[in-house]
Amino acid sequence: MLEALGGEIVAWEAEPDDRARLDSIFRFVHTVKGNCGFFDFPRLEALSHAAEDALADVRAGRRQADGPLVSAVLAIIDRIGEMVAAIEDGSEMPAGSDGALIEALEPGTEAAAGPVAATVAEAQGKVAAPRTIRLSVELLDRVMSGVSDMVLARNELARRLRESPTDVPIDGAFERLSSIIAEMRDAITRTRMQRIENLFVALPRMVRDLSAELGKQILVDIEGGDVELDREMIEMIRDPLTHIIRNAVDHGIETPAERLKAGKREIGILCISARQSGNQILIDIQDDGRGIDGKKLVEKALAAGTLAKAEAAALAPREQLALIFEAGLSTANQVTAISGRGVGMDVVRSSVERIGGIVEVDSKPGAGTRITLRVPLTLTIIPALTVSIGNQHFAIPRSAIEEIVRANGESVKLERVGGAGVATIRGRRVPEVALADILGLDSALKDEERTLIVLRPAGGDVYALAVDRIHDHEELVVKPAAPAVMATGLYAGTTLADDGSPILLLDPAGLAQVGGVKLEAQERAARIAEGPLAVAARQATQVILFRGLDGGRRALRLSVVDRIEEVSAAAIKPGAGQLRVQLGEAILPLAGIGNADLPAGKVRLFRLNDGAHEVGYCFHEVIDLSVLDHDVIQADQPGEISGVTLVDNEPAELVDAHWLFANHVGAAARPVDQQPVCCLPGDDPWMQNMLRPIVEAAGYRVVGEADEARADLVIVAEGAKVAKAAAARTIRLRSEPEAAGARDSSIYRYDRAALLIALKSAGGGRGR
Amino acid sequence: MNELLLVVTIAGERVALPADSVESVVELDTLIPVPRAAPHVAGLSALRSRVLTVIDCMRSLDLGVTDCSDGVREAAVVELDGHHYALIVDLVEDVVEALSDPTPVRAAMGAGWERASAGMVETESGPLLLIDVAALICGSEAKAA
Repeated sequence: MLEALGGEIVAWEAEPDDRARLDSIFRFVHTVKGNCGFFDFPRLEALSHAAEDALADVRAGRRQADGPLVSAVLAIIDRIGEMVAAIEDGSEMPAGSDGALIEALEPGTEAAAGPVAATVAEAQGKVAAPRTIRLSVELLDRVMSGVSDMVLARNELARRLRESPTDVPIDGAFERLSSIIAEMRDAITRTRMQRIENLFVALPRMVRDLSAELGKQILVDIEGGDVELDREMIEMIRDPLTHIIRNAVDHGIETPAERLKAGKREIGILCISARQSGNQILIDIQDDGRGIDGKKLVEKALAAGTLAKAEAAALAPREQLALIFEAGLSTANQVTAISGRGVGMDVVRSSVERIGGIVEVDSKPGAGTRITLRVPLTLTIIPALTVSIGNQHFAIPRSAIEEIVRANGESVKLERVGGAGVATIRGRRVPEVALADILGLDSALKDEERTLIVLRPAGGDVYALAVDRIHDHEELVVKPAAPAVMATGLYAGTTLADDGSPILLLDPAGLAQVGGVKLEAQERAARIAEGPLAVAARQATQVILFRGLDGGRRALRLSVVDRIEEVSAAAIKPGAGQLRVQLGEAILPLAGIGNADLPAGKVRLFRLNDGAHEVGYCFHEVIDLSVLDHDVIQADQPGEISGVTLVDNEPAELVDAHWLFANHVGAAARPVDQQPVCCLPGDDPWMQNMLRPIVEAAGYRVVGEADEARADLVIVAEGAKVAKAAAARTIRLRSEPEAAGARDSSIYRYDRAALLIALKSAGGGRGR
Repeated sequence: MNELLLVVTIAGERVALPADSVESVVELDTLIPVPRAAPHVAGLSALRSRVLTVIDCMRSLDLGVTDCSDGVREAAVVELDGHHYALIVDLVEDVVEALSDPTPVRAAMGAGWERASAGMVETESGPLLLIDVAALICGSEAKAA
């Protein structure tokens, strides 16, 4: 930057009338001045201020650029460079007075050129800058497509090798080639990546200007600037990020007086952090301001007519907050110059979703707001589901998929209303269209034989898309399609399958439009990110049906599955007494292997999350998503399998997530003194033998009635007396599945999900 | 004036494509159809890791439909606005040198040819119609709209 600027100044000296050069130098000096004011570097500020003044004179035509002036400006810029370098390595500021340099700017002086040259040489000797070159994006793209070609050629070769009788040395050589290509692909992908720092550098200044304008005091804390993101993606999230920060400064953080009144520090804190998680980048914008008032949002939505009264009453707090993404709603009471100019969070949301990302909002009134942007690691690699009609394959972006159900499943009903398809999925009516009809393709399957994919296009509402067959989840390298193909409005791009044949990536919103589905904002619940509340609704417990490594048909409650990961077998190693898997920078205990052998190559696993800890569970393949609608026959012994039940009319073993966490992270649970305390009746064998492990797995320390410790939670059987009235919460358990009445707040004792939620919410006040 | 021309046959007629716009000549085998796309878009094909949008030239010129069912077809690969297209032709003949600048054709041609015409050029083997590649890719419907 500084070097480039030196060139500019010299060129400007040669052509003093070159306005563009002068402007760029002026901007630099001006920026330095602004930042120095902020970071409190008085010497830098004085220097840049002097240079700015002189340059402003030239710009205004009051002065001609001549040799002495140019050398003086150069000297100042060099000195700035030295100081910046000193600040970077934390060493002492270069000694010497800046007065001479500033004086040299005065018209008619000829001094100060000599000593400057000496300091420049000195400075250059000290700083060994990383060596960089500039490349055109076109060249990079060529290299990248060359590498993609190589990957395809490798796949082709791999297939040929598999078909022909193998030769060990050839296999070995191929393996080596294969890993070299993989490494190269990695490296070349990195060249398209940029540190997110480039996006963050401008933020402190922006916040400073805004807060000065609004009379607020805000401290910006930036973390994770070294996270890398696709260069194009950085440009795409610039506006949403700016908007969120403007919102936080304008509406989130209060004025110093209000803050003092609320018992907070005068200075508000705005934390902006980026981190990588799997193949997503998470950008958190967190403030400690007044938070978002869900009730106010509901009132606004009611006033704006986007929400019906009955619906409003049924909204959970999280759903209330999600209203902020509805078009035309803003918490701002009046439109200010900074935000609330009609460009609302709905625009933020749609622009983030356009690049395959998600926006989440979490807020505590009075305590602050956190907004999380989740964006995929590269724009060009999209996790997708491949489906087919007849024998043609298509891909659907996974971010738009809400769930997959079979059209002939028990909880699904297909009906025709005026010729249009309506699917009723567990009581929820969603419009249904067949992909084959939209595309005008022949399909041999009847409606009932198809699979429904419930899609939630960006900013729209859910609808069900019927496809013939579902194939695989894949990470696809997506490229834009030609205009003639895009003109259909149905596709988002093209990609290549492993065998090198092209696949079209479908655009869920476009499909809905062409298919005549009206996307309205009515099914609000469908938009909320999956959270514990989804379980609380529990019309039916959703499970993911899969085949374990040993071939067993198993089911796992969907709410504990964070996501599915694929790792190489090399990432799985024994450590600290059990098998562990490395996922990015996290090491998780690994379950699900049992007596089976680990498959060579790639291993797929569920990432289970109980809110505090994570466990990996490996499996062979996912069969389907389903619901638990049959009785569960409990296992005799507590263990990995809690029981068997019928799922889709075939028996499946239900994996006990509590047991997994209890056995795999039990030891890693928080220290005893921070654990919430739960009191269980000591004389009830069921409580002690069956409930206690679950309660302990949920992070509680279990005490008897006689114990002196103050219990945070008391669990009693229905009808029993509450011995410790001092407990913060009481959970009553009943032995009948059905509640005695609407006012019965007890929990059925085998209703683990409800029990877990109750345990979690009771323990939430401590240690978290 | 010695622009190079690629002589191809479309619907039985010898025409010329500007050779510098043609990247390569390929033989297409598999074609993935693009449902709901304009009729002259025959489908997608892959050339190494690049996806080619395959244009049926006969269809684009309203001269009928190329039969792609019999397997391998010859096609000229061109690039337009960063996208790669494969133009299906009957036959790729030769590269010749243009002996004149394109001049307007004053005789009446078929509507399709008229639309895709970039003029007539003289070559050693007689006058040839120079094809406007962009118009060919646009097809008949886009022009009409």
